[in-house]
Amino acid sequence: MRYAETGVNLEIDLSSGSIEREATDPKLTQLHLGGLGTNAKILWDRVSPDVDPFSPDNLLIFGAGLLAGTPAPGANRTIITSYSPQTLLMGYSIMGGFFAPEMKYAGYDKIIFRGKSPRLIYVWIHNNKVELRDASHLRGKGAIETAELIKQELKEPNAQVAAIGLAGENRVFTASIEQGRSSASRLGLGAVMGDKNIKAVVVRGTQDINLARPAEFYQQCNDVLKYIKYRNDNPVPNVMTILQGLGSPQEMLHVDEAWHTQNFMWGNSRVRRKDFWNKEIEERWKSVQLGVRKRLISCYNCPMKCGAIISVPGLTTYMMKCFSKLTYTMAAFVDDLDFGFKIAQRATEYGVDGFSTPQIMAFAFELKEAGILTDVDFAGCPTDNEGKFYWLLDRIVRREGIGDILANGTYWAAQKIGKGAEVYAHNNIKKHEQLPLKLGMLNPVYFLMYATGEKINITQIEGQFPQSPFITTAEKEEFVKDWIQVPDEKFKKIVMDWEIRGERSNPYYPTVDMSVDIVDWQETMHYIDDALGVCAGLSSFPLKPPYHMHNYPHFISAGTGMDIDEEGLKNVYRRNRNLIRAINVRRGLRRSDEKPPEDHWKKRFPELEEKLLDAYYKFKGWDNQGIPTKKSLQELDLGYVAEDLEKRGIIKNEQS
Amino acid sequence: MLQKTWKRGALLKMSKVKRKVKTIKIDLDKCNGCRACEVICSAFHAAPKYSSNNPARSRIRMIRDPIKDVYLPVYAGEYTAAECMGRDKYIIDGKEYDECGFCRASCPSRDAFKEPDSGLPLKCDMCEDNPPGEKPLCVQWCLNNALIYEEKEEEVEEEKPGDVEIGLESMVNKYGLDKVLDTVVRMAKKA
Repeated sequence: MRYAETGVNLEIDLSSGSIEREATDPKLTQLHLGGLGTNAKILWDRVSPDVDPFSPDNLLIFGAGLLAGTPAPGANRTIITSYSPQTLLMGYSIMGGFFAPEMKYAGYDKIIFRGKSPRLIYVWIHNNKVELRDASHLRGKGAIETAELIKQELKEPNAQVAAIGLAGENRVFTASIEQGRSSASRLGLGAVMGDKNIKAVVVRGTQDINLARPAEFYQQCNDVLKYIKYRNDNPVPNVMTILQGLGSPQEMLHVDEAWHTQNFMWGNSRVRRKDFWNKEIEERWKSVQLGVRKRLISCYNCPMKCGAIISVPGLTTYMMKCFSKLTYTMAAFVDDLDFGFKIAQRATEYGVDGFSTPQIMAFAFELKEAGILTDVDFAGCPTDNEGKFYWLLDRIVRREGIGDILANGTYWAAQKIGKGAEVYAHNNIKKHEQLPLKLGMLNPVYFLMYATGEKINITQIEGQFPQSPFITTAEKEEFVKDWIQVPDEKFKKIVMDWEIRGERSNPYYPTVDMSVDIVDWQETMHYIDDALGVCAGLSSFPLKPPYHMHNYPHFISAGTGMDIDEEGLKNVYRRNRNLIRAINVRRGLRRSDEKPPEDHWKKRFPELEEKLLDAYYKFKGWDNQGIPTKKSLQELDLGYVAEDLEKRGIIKNEQS
Repeated sequence: MLQKTWKRGALLKMSKVKRKVKTIKIDLDKCNGCRACEVICSAFHAAPKYSSNNPARSRIRMIRDPIKDVYLPVYAGEYTAAECMGRDKYIIDGKEYDECGFCRASCPSRDAFKEPDSGLPLKCDMCEDNPPGEKPLCVQWCLNNALIYEEKEEEVEEEKPGDVEIGLESMVNKYGLDKVLDTVVRMAKKA
């Protein structure tokens, strides 16, 4: 019997309509765990590097994490993997909600789509019964609307639906895959789904997930719940509010937005409004948020409440999480939060990424102001800030006029528009829009995470190491005294020694080697989470999380029966990290791509930054171009990857 | 008729016994809809304990319709062979609860509270265990306190010998003494 996982992948060839159940090799679970790890393995094995993201040969993989659907709290992640139309690299975006557990109960660890359906369909998976059903009546419908219509049509209120909206249908590069309170938003995987003519994937499962050592696993779950309760009752002191607790930033709960509105950038990530927040705005925003928020809600089997049901009078209800209430508001220079909740409703139904999309629109209006785009491009566009954004959002998701160019994101749009537009696409890494954040002094740890992260999105790379030093010794002592999560005691010393100013402060402290160590730890936890399907909000993302390097091996061992210790788990991380790097290297990723936006920090240190990259690559066992060496691949049972890279001349030619 | 029955009852000797009543108070406003209750319920009732989990086997079910803000945990009660003739709808604070929302029965009208493979009915047993647990597992796993366990002692009347007589009397009133007698005799023979 297989434990924690089902041992079966569902293979759907959309071109031919063939549907197969494939038993998976348990050896792959040992090597890669599940979720992101085995998704990457499939992408490497089956999609050659010259495949266009919109080719029928590209795969779209919905992978449940190894622990998803078990009683492990917060183990509910679906990892969606494909080649991204925007970055052209491997795109993996992760959604919470209720989809992955349902998939497992239906009997599948992954749903793998290949080919392209000749007509718009939705996929209905009910345990062993799998159907490709006509979706022509759903064309153009909103993502949430689609989910509701399908559940009614199938008379299955308990089915879980992952759907695209109009943006996905029209292959907008920022199209998301929406699923109830969650979405896989980044890197344009909704566009790949739309290209394959899949309107929705619908799943209902009523089968068991088995555990190898039940009593032990149950004990681990109870310990995690106990710790969550402890952390909820004991917020981390001396850090700002949104960093004190667990989960994703509690943006639906908190109404005080002084920090975000005054420290994040407005417009096209340009303008800081240091005096924005005042009593009057606070009152107004509070009443708006409390007025539209119906309930704080969670994902599957998680006590946190990171999301909310949002019901704006006159609009259909939707669900929201994290920072998206502010992204449109701030990008559009609108001072009323009411706008944020209204436009997010439309954007969610369209199914677009709430980070990239507002930035694309702000970028377009900047180009207009600069005279690079003209009134002709904006014929019919209203002049008020709110109206402008609604108008352009409609154009982008329909790919009409200038919207067709903008739908490919700021990088590609700038290339196409030319006339110096490239300078305005200033906030990208690897062709992907980043948080609207501009800071003063270079932080070496963040430099490395921004530059090298394969997920290309800082919130999915950063983690449990404090973002800035504590001020007093007492504060530092307070922080490290019960810091059980550290994989090594040396990290406590770094926190103790790290100062706001002076010799032991940014950018030279943490030192280069320390920075590499810290980043490696953050990455380790994210890669493990993404393989296990555990929410980063209970593990890699917040300070002092309930899951960490010391209890994960017990969860995996007791859950799967496959005994693993900390060193073994670190090895799986290294293997997955290197495999994903190899996939991207095979797609052309090199050192020159590993650059945070030039204006991310005001004070830059080119020499130090090169040293940081050198040290990071060396630590990883990569050459100075960021390409894994043959030796390090072989040590990680990735000899076949080394061979392939060698055959392609990537290792031989570029490694010295 | 009603009055008569009441008078007879009042004349009977009452004896009271103490009984422990287990209650789960359900605070819908606190529910975040995570379904941890379903997860742990199905795991606890697996054999061996916790060896598998499957919310479709759970004896508590989240009736959940986020778009309508309906979040309603319901516990499995008695099995019933027949569904109700009418289906009720409750409207509370403008929210409509359908699908027999508040009913605990395992009943032909819905999938809830049936083993998914055999269709056999499920019923909440408050996690009765040996040795007894502290609280039902769903309550322990609900960190948002939407499920609150309460135990209280209640004094209840013991079953009274007069109850049978009251029942029979109403049958006699309806069918006549002869018919009831005939039936009782026939039943006695069969037994």
